[in-house]
Amino acid sequence: MSAPRSPTRDLAAIAAFATLVGAATLWLDSGVWLNFVMMALYATLLAQAWNMLGGYGGQFSFGHALFFGTGAYVQAIAQMQGGVNPWAALALAVAVAAAVGLFVGALSFRYGLKGSYFALVTLAFAEVFRILALSVGFTGGGVGLMVPLQEGVANLQFASRKGYIALVLGFVVAALLATSWLRHSRFGASLQAVRDNEDAARAVGVDPYRTKLGAIALSGAFMGAAGAFYVQVFQYIDPAIAYGPHVSVEALVGAIVGGMGTLWGPLLGAAALHLLADLTRNLFGQLPGINMVVYGVVLVLIVMFLPRGIAGMGASVREVWRGRRDG
Amino acid sequence: MLEFGILFPSVLNGLTTGAVYALIALGLTLIYGVLHIINFAHGAALMVALYGVYLLKERVGIDPYLALPIVVPAMFALGYLLQRAVINRASHGRDENILLVTLGLSIVMENLALIVFKSDTRTIDTAYTLTTVPIGPAMIALPKLVAFAGALVASAVLVWIVERTDLGRAIRAVAKEKHGAKLMGIDVDHVYAMSFGIGLACLGAAACFLLPAYYVNPQVGSGFVLVAFTIVVLGGMGSFAGALLGGLLIGVVESLGGLFLGESLGQIGIFLIFIAVLLFRPQGLFGARA
Repeated sequence: MSAPRSPTRDLAAIAAFATLVGAATLWLDSGVWLNFVMMALYATLLAQAWNMLGGYGGQFSFGHALFFGTGAYVQAIAQMQGGVNPWAALALAVAVAAAVGLFVGALSFRYGLKGSYFALVTLAFAEVFRILALSVGFTGGGVGLMVPLQEGVANLQFASRKGYIALVLGFVVAALLATSWLRHSRFGASLQAVRDNEDAARAVGVDPYRTKLGAIALSGAFMGAAGAFYVQVFQYIDPAIAYGPHVSVEALVGAIVGGMGTLWGPLLGAAALHLLADLTRNLFGQLPGINMVVYGVVLVLIVMFLPRGIAGMGASVREVWRGRRDG
Repeated sequence: MLEFGILFPSVLNGLTTGAVYALIALGLTLIYGVLHIINFAHGAALMVALYGVYLLKERVGIDPYLALPIVVPAMFALGYLLQRAVINRASHGRDENILLVTLGLSIVMENLALIVFKSDTRTIDTAYTLTTVPIGPAMIALPKLVAFAGALVASAVLVWIVERTDLGRAIRAVAKEKHGAKLMGIDVDHVYAMSFGIGLACLGAAACFLLPAYYVNPQVGSGFVLVAFTIVVLGGMGSFAGALLGGLLIGVVESLGGLFLGESLGQIGIFLIFIAVLLFRPQGLFGARA
């Protein structure tokens, strides 16, 4: 793996990316394209959130929808039943999702769950929350919650897609900055050390438990923001959308396809997958499930042939070229 | 105070479901014990087998129980091919990769089923669907009794294969010491694929016993996958006796949970058991302390 570039170069690249997307959004007219940009950024946010824990921390979660759904429900319930301003609800959604991350992390990491077991336990937690959301009253059960339409910046509801793009672009930039921080900070170095060799990291004085806990809270916070964003855009949430497997899969596949443990991988992966999903939709029409088939096939192919994802394609190809691949 | 007359049928029903769970979990635990991988596509593969049984009944008119000699070998072949052609090549020596590849396979299978069969829930009608048999104060549906007996017989066959045949000896040798087995002339890749095939063949048998009293839809597998993992973890990864007892136990827990808490909330019990066992006793109730 190549050495990470300097923090200033990361910042310059992130600023250039934000300017480019911002300018393109202002210039774009077509609703189809604006929608594409918004959904690609939203998918990027999911993948980046997963990448913080999965890519930099090496902890593979199969149930990241847990944090997404929690953020979404907090966002909806706080404004509908608590009368909280949606901007304040957003902060609350992020905080509660991070807290759920701390809770699940504290349980799993204290008892040393890793690898496949951690993946399964996150999935089980997401299922528990899904069934709870179906069974308790204040989530509206299976009917779901419909957030009333009240357009206005103060209400975090925009007349144009451009407003939502600005919002989600802000989240994505924040996630990029956080990821860049993981690359260059002491905490990030500890996290990557824990990922690569937990015992060695402990031997040099890193506390693996607290490090992983920090990563899952950070990751959960960004998933919570994505959930809140989803509620503001679509003004609807139900247990299957919130805690079902679709969001977990989208977050994980985006990060893995793009390249785990890289700054730009999740963006590449999410954009590539969305492009591919749109192409298949054009080819096959609106078949329910066709996107997920594409995601599944791409996931299998990437793990088989490009384990470092798109961002690590160069290195993978060079390795094959030199014939130094071992199984 | 709960009446015996309510509790007894519920426990009995739980045991019949539990036997099928046990058969599904046996396949999963065999794959884990030999290959040391977690087959996340286990539920999706069960769904494929259920659709196979469904199509044989509806299109060809073959009774689910008579479909056993078709579905079991077909699932075996599917497992053998998947392991050799896809899973074995994708691991790159990392467990997480297997988990991801089998996740990818399950996504593909589930959504292809969604495209082909739509999301409708389907059932089959047989002459014995509504037949019930009195056992003490309980009336148990005949297909459930057959499933109970069939699952136990299939489990016995599986244990016999692993304990008594040459193939079983090779499987156990590879599970214990892969390199040593290789030196003794055992084709490890072949044994891996055979184990995966047998694991999926269990699902074929489970599907034949399940469908007359159950239903199939594209998502049906995801309900089973966590249940099967719970049983395997509860019984101790790789333990056959553990999977059998764990399956029966989980069947009863689910049935009683449904009785006390209602259908949807009752399922939570299974997941809470799963989380608790993973956290506090990851070696399982019957496994040795690692």
